[in-house]
Amino acid sequence: MKYLRMNSLTNLQRLESESIHILREVAASFERPVLMYSIGKDSSVLLHLAMKAFHPAKPPFPLLHVDTTWKFKEMIAFRDARVRDLGLDLIVHVNEDGLKRGVSPIKSGATVHTDVMKTEALKQALTLHKIDCAIGGARRDEEKSRAKERVMSFRDVNHGWNPRRQRPELWNLYNCRVKPGESVRAFPLSNWTEIDVWNYIRAESIPVVPLYFAAERPVVERDGQLIMADDDRLDIRPGETVRTEMVRFRTLGCYPLTAAVRSDAADIDAVIAETRAATNSERQGRIIDFDQAASMEKKKREGYF
Amino acid sequence: MADMPDMADKGLLRFLTCGSVDDGKSTLIGRLLSDTHLIHDDQMLALEDDSKRFGTVKGGIDFALLVDGLEAEREQGITIDVAYRYFQTEKRGFIVADTPGHEQYTRNMVTGASTASLAVILVDARKGILTQTRRHTFIAHLLGIRHVLLCVNKMDLVGYAENTFRDIETGYLQFTDNLDFESVTAVPVSALNGDNVTGKSAQMPWFNGKCVLDFLETVQVDAGKNRTGARLPVQWVCRPDGDFRGFAGTVAGAALKPGDAVRIEPDGAATRIESIETEGEKLTQAVPGQAVMVTLTDNVDVARGDVIRHADSAMQTADQVQAHVVWMSENPMIPGRQYHLKLATAAARASITDLKHTININTLEHVAAKTLELNDVAVCNLSFDRRVAFDAYQDCPETGAFILIDRETNETVGAGMIDFALRRALNLTKQKLSLDKNVRADALGQKPAVLWFTGLSGAGKSTVANIVDQKLHLAGRHTYMLDGDNVRHGLNRDLGFTDADRVENIRRIAEVGKLFVDAGMIVLVSAISPFRSDRDMARDLLQPGEFFEIHVDASLATCEARDPKGLYARARKGEIANFTGISSPYEPPAAPELRIDADTTDPEAAADLVLALLARD
Repeated sequence: MKYLRMNSLTNLQRLESESIHILREVAASFERPVLMYSIGKDSSVLLHLAMKAFHPAKPPFPLLHVDTTWKFKEMIAFRDARVRDLGLDLIVHVNEDGLKRGVSPIKSGATVHTDVMKTEALKQALTLHKIDCAIGGARRDEEKSRAKERVMSFRDVNHGWNPRRQRPELWNLYNCRVKPGESVRAFPLSNWTEIDVWNYIRAESIPVVPLYFAAERPVVERDGQLIMADDDRLDIRPGETVRTEMVRFRTLGCYPLTAAVRSDAADIDAVIAETRAATNSERQGRIIDFDQAASMEKKKREGYF
Repeated sequence: MADMPDMADKGLLRFLTCGSVDDGKSTLIGRLLSDTHLIHDDQMLALEDDSKRFGTVKGGIDFALLVDGLEAEREQGITIDVAYRYFQTEKRGFIVADTPGHEQYTRNMVTGASTASLAVILVDARKGILTQTRRHTFIAHLLGIRHVLLCVNKMDLVGYAENTFRDIETGYLQFTDNLDFESVTAVPVSALNGDNVTGKSAQMPWFNGKCVLDFLETVQVDAGKNRTGARLPVQWVCRPDGDFRGFAGTVAGAALKPGDAVRIEPDGAATRIESIETEGEKLTQAVPGQAVMVTLTDNVDVARGDVIRHADSAMQTADQVQAHVVWMSENPMIPGRQYHLKLATAAARASITDLKHTININTLEHVAAKTLELNDVAVCNLSFDRRVAFDAYQDCPETGAFILIDRETNETVGAGMIDFALRRALNLTKQKLSLDKNVRADALGQKPAVLWFTGLSGAGKSTVANIVDQKLHLAGRHTYMLDGDNVRHGLNRDLGFTDADRVENIRRIAEVGKLFVDAGMIVLVSAISPFRSDRDMARDLLQPGEFFEIHVDASLATCEARDPKGLYARARKGEIANFTGISSPYEPPAAPELRIDADTTDPEAAADLVLALLARD
């Protein structure tokens, strides 16, 4: 960001500085941190901030991607290109046991798939690599139970979150102390909103997966949601036809579980204009969120991000 | 960002809302969010659904459910924790810390206030200024918030009467007159009907001020917040190669510029700022709140925890301070116990040496106290294990605030705001002794040590220690025995068996042990010493290798069966309060130098294990 107002920072500059401060606290306080790289727009911002925070050094931690094997093809291509361009270390973890058991979003349903291939897989990876701090791109404005989560969110030895026993968090004095086996999930973007993320992506020209921008894509309409036929594993049900429509994604995950929206917003300015005018929140495209009331809090207690 | 005029001048305001559910606090926030179109359709649908299931507003939308996110909160209809909400208008971004208003949630309000620069305090127009209004105002003041917006809510229920509002406004201005606020503003509102929330109310033409949103969009809070020059607490040292040596941190106090003369605290080394950069881009200045990387013109020693400060604006450095402390844990604070301290980026050990008084936050009266309980606010003296650089909290919160962390549980147990350094710490220079410990120990021909025997009453600590003492004496060693029971007859005659007194008992024994070690002696301490953190404190007083923790580990059943002094029988009858193992906990050592299984090992064999341990060292 090129210029400063007289003596104070703009909204985005304040958010940027706060996030960089948090990333540096993590680097200085933990033995084996890792940056959770989910390839989405929030991860892209997080990665960009990490590059800024430690420049001219590289971020002193590797990236971790928990791959469910059902991500959009474009996401994986984007991931590999970014890591190569920035010269960073990437750990990719797949729950091989879940794969062997044949768990998939198609056969097992959204809840079981997410539980096994995301939550279980994440716990495996954190345990395997003895991670004491996992940095994530979650924001408090995403969801109600997130609104009460700490920036440094403590996890017990089973990776569980106890919302009633959270450590008080004051000023920017983060408590980074854990015992062996315990860990912290750090959320540098806690105070960002969806529109902040987009504005920052524009201001800093941060690369994001092209799926966020409208293009003609093959989709089927299912239960009122548009699902993209990203490969031939998608089960086309009787009565469904794959049509080409002008769509984009507000949020990215496993392709059979992430709904597209009809949109003509093909560049960042159009996406920002659309986001400002949106009448639905971004998580509406996340099929897993509708499974049960207070579902995010429940998943988080069990170790989900 | 030059191509984004709509974003360029947007600042960020962090504010706190306080008031109980009955005052309509959640309704006000919900109204701000919905009137600024920050509630999406799917969230509104969920809110309508939730209002039917859990709502307290008959037939209407219960905005409280929008902010009360945890399951327990929704079921019980109360706000337990701090919730953060976000909204933006064309003029500003806002972060709202929504905190519960009841006295038992003081901890949460303090947390929310710590990052806020303005407090929105709600009162019910029918009730006026209440005890809780004064409490909320005091906490805002304590945490250094300098701007208050008093929302006199439910004006619809008093017929929008101007005199009702003016009476409350006048009373509040009188109350806040001697508190150090820069601005206090009152506005009459009806959150339920939206009067004076996001637009001027037609119901109250007599009110000439701004509506709530208009006020929040325009109030200036940055000016004058800090009263010190630039400070840069060093977070992380950047050394990617042999050439570059940068110091990463967030600026506080005032702007910092290349060429500025600076000092590195707490040691005071002088140098200059060479460059300030973010991602390689050179800046002409860094302003408060900005995260930057600086380089210095000289190759001075700088590490995480140090503060780079402007040469013209001195900081205090001391190892003893007076501070206001808010206790945040269900486990009480005990004077003398050591906690981890985090102050800016510095870490140290701290203990509260003198609890001057607590403050009744409803009446502001001073109350004498021996310990601190959850939600207590107190004035204390603290002692650190090293010299630390800081400012008074009211001058610069970023370098005047600290947290205390329990050494055993890692829980954040206290939040503190430094008032000033204690003069005795500033003036007292340590008496330099010419004969040191090594000289004295050499004269005695031995390596000094403390053998610390811990375990339940009746485990056999003193029996084993006595045998070790005799054998060492026969081997020509110079020893001294500090027996917990005996010390209580003399030095510690004034202490009882409360947790606080047990901590002090151990602290004194540990300090005496340290003096003997200084004199070159081998000291045998026999004391139940039930708390791990106190034994760790004793260990920390000594050099590595001088402290031997020996756990004489007998089961409670064994000790109770032996019961040499008949104490267990009396404790079981309830005649002795706070008896370790029965009505008071014993925390076994996690990694003692030696653990003796006293159920199966006889005292002679146990003593030989101790001697073997010493011989090995």
